Amino acid sequence: MSFFSNFFSKRNTAPVAKDRLQILLAHERSSAQGNSDLLQKLQKEIMAVIQKHISIDQEKIHIKVDRGNDFSTLEIDIEVPQQDNIQS
Amino acid sequence: MAKVIVVTSGKGGVGKTTSTAAIGAALAQTGNKVVVVDFDVGLRNLDLVMGAERRVVFDFVNVIQGEATLSQALIKDKRLENLYILAASQTRDKDALTKEGVEKVIEELREKFDWIICDSPAGIERGAKMAMHFADEAIIITNPEVSSVRDSDRIIGILDSTTAKSQRGEKMEKHLLITRYAANRAARGDMLNTDDILDILSIPLVGIIPESEDVLKASNLGAPITLSSPNSNAARAYSEAVKRLQGEKIEVTVPKDKKGFFDWLMGRSGS
Repeated sequence: MSFFSNFFSKRNTAPVAKDRLQILLAHERSSAQGNSDLLQKLQKEIMAVIQKHISIDQEKIHIKVDRGNDFSTLEIDIEVPQQDNIQS
Repeated sequence: MAKVIVVTSGKGGVGKTTSTAAIGAALAQTGNKVVVVDFDVGLRNLDLVMGAERRVVFDFVNVIQGEATLSQALIKDKRLENLYILAASQTRDKDALTKEGVEKVIEELREKFDWIICDSPAGIERGAKMAMHFADEAIIITNPEVSSVRDSDRIIGILDSTTAKSQRGEKMEKHLLITRYAANRAARGDMLNTDDILDILSIPLVGIIPESEDVLKASNLGAPITLSSPNSNAARAYSEAVKRLQGEKIEVTVPKDKKGFFDWLMGRSGS
């Protein structure tokens, strides 16, 4: 049976699994070397700088990472309140 | 009203994470608002099986320790509008999940979701007890294998004695889900059959998932099997189990041995 099912299958899933694991493990290995809480640190420090000037709601901050093969992107999206709420 | 379900087993490798993903997705497919929560601090995997591993920024422990809000840590599934994931942390600190912290998060989740499915770590250590503590109901995953059945019996005892519900003097509703069931081997008498397992554990059966290569394929792709191949036997079995969880009365059918034509021709039993 396996000969026939392999022959007719559209796409093998093992290569997909390997790709996914390679990306994931590359990230985990690099973060095991001391900067595992890098994201939290970055968020805290960036927030501290912004909060010096603007009061922001914790719930209105959206943080997203996209991990890719060659590079990853970190996106921090902060909803800033109306101008009159900004303390100078 | 929100329902908290813990997916648990004594033994590792019986399919808790795969089942959590499949059940969570099937519930969400029927229109419920669902969150799947990974309690396996230190060794997370639910995010990987759900295909969300590249989008985890904050996790369960970050929320408990106040480093992120719950809404920042909830990852929305890309395929289903009303399915969310809360990933486990990879921190080595096993005590990161405090009872008070977990309770607060579960209470907050109860307000946002219809179903909260908790993927427990294997064993009877702190993490597993934490996962079951605030549950309303439990799904016990068992393979038709002596070690798995024995450990499930132990877990049933713990569910009846140490959870918040048991401490309030209430009885926790338990469901048995048998995974990796190979009908041909059971028919040959080489595998514990359903009646044997039910005789020993005596809790109600919620479903029997046949051994299937589709299950492995689904986790390779990072898609719950109920989404990636909804017409497979395994996915159908999960969907039926979910209907029973929701209170529908459907009889559990024991998977039958279906020999392929080629197997028949070659005179050997299918595997």
